[in-house]
Amino acid sequence: MAALLELEHEYDAAKADAAFQAELADLLHNFAGRPTPLYFCKRLTEQLGGAKIYLKREDLLHTGAHKINNALGQALLARRMGKKRIIAETGAGQHGVATATVCALLGMECVVYMGDVDMARQELNVLRMRLLGTEVRGVSSGSKTLKDAISEAMRDWVTNVRTTYYLLGSALGAHPYPTMVRDFHRCISIEMKEQILAKEGRLPTAVVACVGGGSNAIGAFYEFIPNREVRLIGVEAGGCGTELGQHAARFRGGEPGVLQGTFSYVLQDENGQIAATHSVSAGLDYASIGPEHAMLHDSGRAEYVSQDDAAALDAVVKLARTEGILPALESAHAVAEALRLAPTMAARDILVVNLSGRGDKDMGILARELKIQGA
Amino acid sequence: MPIRFDRKPGLVVYLTAGDPSLDATREIAIAAIDTGAAVIELGVPFSDPLADGPVIQRAMERAVARGTSLRDVLKLASQIRAERADAGLVIFSYLNPILRYGLHKFADDAAAAGADGVLATDLIVEEAGEYLIEMARVGLAPIFLAAPTSPDERLEAIATHSKGFVYAISRVGITGTQQSLTSDAASLVARIRRWSTLPVAVGFGISNSEHVAQVGQFADAAVVGSAIVELIERSTPKTAPGAVARFIKGLRQPEAALAR
Repeated sequence: MAALLELEHEYDAAKADAAFQAELADLLHNFAGRPTPLYFCKRLTEQLGGAKIYLKREDLLHTGAHKINNALGQALLARRMGKKRIIAETGAGQHGVATATVCALLGMECVVYMGDVDMARQELNVLRMRLLGTEVRGVSSGSKTLKDAISEAMRDWVTNVRTTYYLLGSALGAHPYPTMVRDFHRCISIEMKEQILAKEGRLPTAVVACVGGGSNAIGAFYEFIPNREVRLIGVEAGGCGTELGQHAARFRGGEPGVLQGTFSYVLQDENGQIAATHSVSAGLDYASIGPEHAMLHDSGRAEYVSQDDAAALDAVVKLARTEGILPALESAHAVAEALRLAPTMAARDILVVNLSGRGDKDMGILARELKIQGA
Repeated sequence: MPIRFDRKPGLVVYLTAGDPSLDATREIAIAAIDTGAAVIELGVPFSDPLADGPVIQRAMERAVARGTSLRDVLKLASQIRAERADAGLVIFSYLNPILRYGLHKFADDAAAAGADGVLATDLIVEEAGEYLIEMARVGLAPIFLAAPTSPDERLEAIATHSKGFVYAISRVGITGTQQSLTSDAASLVARIRRWSTLPVAVGFGISNSEHVAQVGQFADAAVVGSAIVELIERSTPKTAPGAVARFIKGLRQPEAALAR
């Protein structure tokens, strides 16, 4: 708790520090590749016949996903706090790779916790992290996925709290993490708003993003929250069925509860045990959801839907073959919702999909699921 | 029964309820009380025990797999209370099972079961308003964890709102055994006493008579958890009560430990 109070204090100071903000802005531009394009999907729009579909290309960022925004921000904060050792959790490996990358850049020691199940299905990212000089520690407890990686990172943090900075990658955990992670991803919706106004002269009809913990979605939604005419649509993982344990749709099957220091919707059984989850995408495979999404859900400001494994896989193929863009399986859930939604909308409507990551990391799963032949 | 430590240092024994079975936990608790445990902490199994090391994680995983619920643990508490009227009894739980059960109903049922106090591991005193009201309503002692890293203003709040005893964490980190106690523990206990006249129990990593004797020099009680849970893991349901009783007797030999 003392560490969280210290973090909150340091973060407030960094927010007001012009030198800190200037260094972050420089790295986001020159190292990570911001601003990312807002790309109009001409062929996809024509084929679906409905709303115009735009993609916010976070997949084009260095390391391949939006995660680098937050990793850069928090790593600079860690350095400012004098911490030399960084720990992180990762599900799909994108946050782990982003953290490993930033630690290499800043010359910091880095340990990443990753569930054994996720290590197997996102092996490419494990290799990338190790190449970057990060120690990847497999987590074999519980469901061996993101939830257990977070628990293990938190155990490390409380044990080494005096020397270690915990670089949390989702809009989750105890305060100030959800706020801080959201702030570091806020650039997504700031750019989105400027870009759509420049291209279309008006705001989008809807912004669509996938939601695991909810970091890319909160970043994509945030600037539009006051614009009540813009629909905000979060897409959860529908997995392979509607039974508890077959999906990660927290707003469909979850109840309010506390997991890992966050009060939010939690998939759990009648005794309050956290339920197992399933998704083809490791990054959405988590039993709880960022608390700000719970608030947006309860207030009705954002809508939350789900798309299942099969729809996400179809969306990967559709986007790849129509636009030449290979989305991450996580982001493909948002694409799947756009594919469903666009034909139901008018031609003057605008859908902006936050394409949070690229799908290179998923080639193993895609080859198997889609029966693509190799050599 | 109010929580009392008549012999110094007192012993608080933590057990993960339902590992290896609810019946075994009852027998082990009775054996522990009869060999000198002043307080039994009954751990409610939880799927995601964030503050626990590998030993208690494994015990909880086994107990969760057997379907052990908070309801079962409260029933177990009432059985122990029926057999041993004088022992201190604390329900140790992560917050989520309590919330799911319903805080109000939990307070009623824990008090009715004869528990003396509750330790909600992942509930911080800053967020405990409603919980404190419920505990006070039914006369249960809320016990909070104090860490070596807790600044003075937090320690004051923890000491002020705790009842029964204040739980001082011996070192930064999670539960589990360790070789030796750090100087963190003694200075934390001294700081807690600035704000509280309650007994102070030191836990996390207390695993042998030497540790217990050391704790006795500056605190009122020692909490022993992982060492006993590990002993139970290595025993059979039949042999566990006897093994735990022998272990606790061994903890009660400070003279021998200090002479070593």
